[in-house]
Amino acid sequence: MTAFPFGPAIAAAIFIAFCAITGAGAVIAALSKRIIRGVCGLALCCIGLAGLFYFLNSPFLALMEILIYVGAVCVTIVFGIMLAEPEEVLEGESRRDALVWGSCAMLVGAAFFLALSRIGLSHPWIEPASRADGSVAAIGVALLTTYSMAFEVISLVLLVAILGALVIARTGRGRA
Amino acid sequence: MSFLEIEPFRIALYVVGALAFVGANAAYLVWVERKAAGRFQRRAGPTEVGPAGLLQPVADAIKLMSKQIIVPPGSDALLFRIAPVMVMAPALMCFATIPFSDSIVARNIDVGLLMIFAFGSINVMAVMLGGWASRNKYAIISAARVVSQNVAYEIPMLLTVITMLMVAGTLNLHEIVKQQEAGFWAWNIFRLGTNPLMPVTFVIFFTCMLAETNRAPFDMAEAESELVAGAYTEYSGMGFGVFFMGEYANIVIGCAVATVLFLGGWGSPVGFLPGVWWFLAKMYFLIFTVIWIRWTFPRTQFYGLLNLSWKILIPFSLATLVLTSIVMKIPRMF
Repeated sequence: MTAFPFGPAIAAAIFIAFCAITGAGAVIAALSKRIIRGVCGLALCCIGLAGLFYFLNSPFLALMEILIYVGAVCVTIVFGIMLAEPEEVLEGESRRDALVWGSCAMLVGAAFFLALSRIGLSHPWIEPASRADGSVAAIGVALLTTYSMAFEVISLVLLVAILGALVIARTGRGRA
Repeated sequence: MSFLEIEPFRIALYVVGALAFVGANAAYLVWVERKAAGRFQRRAGPTEVGPAGLLQPVADAIKLMSKQIIVPPGSDALLFRIAPVMVMAPALMCFATIPFSDSIVARNIDVGLLMIFAFGSINVMAVMLGGWASRNKYAIISAARVVSQNVAYEIPMLLTVITMLMVAGTLNLHEIVKQQEAGFWAWNIFRLGTNPLMPVTFVIFFTCMLAETNRAPFDMAEAESELVAGAYTEYSGMGFGVFFMGEYANIVIGCAVATVLFLGGWGSPVGFLPGVWWFLAKMYFLIFTVIWIRWTFPRTQFYGLLNLSWKILIPFSLATLVLTSIVMKIPRMF
């Protein structure tokens, strides 16, 4: 096997493509008026993210991203949409509400962005170690030692999702 | 150095090869399906076009390609067009890691098995979007059925796969086949020493594969007599054609994975012929079984389908999982 001609350039192009897919998916998910297209944007975003994980030397994580987020979460959301059969274009929220909630979301987003970019800029980048090991034992050890923190934080996300579902289901949706 | 060792040529060859393999399989499995259906029903099947109807798929392909693709008014035109692509593209991705023989594999990926299941899971989403975007009640009913069916059968399927992973200890398909190379007694389906229920595990996997690819007797998604053509009702021409190519590609992938996991991949039981022929023979035998089942059993009712999954397959797959872990762990404790 010989080296691939223009290998680094092709890899860079694919990396940029994955970044663009992630960004475009997120924008579609946030801006589209039809909720079903929003879910498709989410799926696209997840596929882009999976590509970025692959570039971080984590093919296992990349494939889990597709399996769980595209294959399970997005499918469940689409199923929920089908059962609920929402009207195609909902009448918008009142302008004042939209402004309040929109600016809140913008503030949180900006805070996260600032914090993350500060961390990113003030510390040296670490070349991610190659973890391309298919053995089940290695993945198990990694999940329960190196990444136990991430593993636990993910379960927190699920907890928040369940609480959110309970809150919405109990009180009904006041607004909208 | 042969030109096959030059990486870009090798990749191009595998891409063209996978495309050709998927296309030829889709075309000629339809022919096999029609011939087999004919024989099971004591008819001849296609006979007119070419010898034994062998040119029928070519004629069908020309017909499908020359038909107009009608996007129904009121449908979501963009998603309607994307859905067939979303069935086909992930199916093609899976071919990258299937080891057809010791040397014929496009890319030997360490987490190959996971890759096949990850890309396989996109299929549900695609059928569902196609059904939803059609704005047709039959299509939407079918899409809802696809989800409940696939969610129900994904669980026992992944449980049997976990059982196999505990036996194999790796997600690399090449490695999994290597472990079974000693002879047919080393094939996972016959390794009763690790788990006396291994043949049952295989049957569970195969049943789930039938359900995941929406094949009869689990073809709720299509259900001609109930739902016209299910999620594909509004599709014409190549839109319909690509859905069916995707379906056959998924059957091929499912049977290839079953061959790798349970039947020793390219391993030969007797020793003559290169491994790739054995791989293809085992795979096509499984595919023939899929067709055989389709034309032998009637479609199950929907609650029968869910009952089978939740009351039989899931408990049994859990049992094989527990049994395997006990058999593997207990000897090490002493």
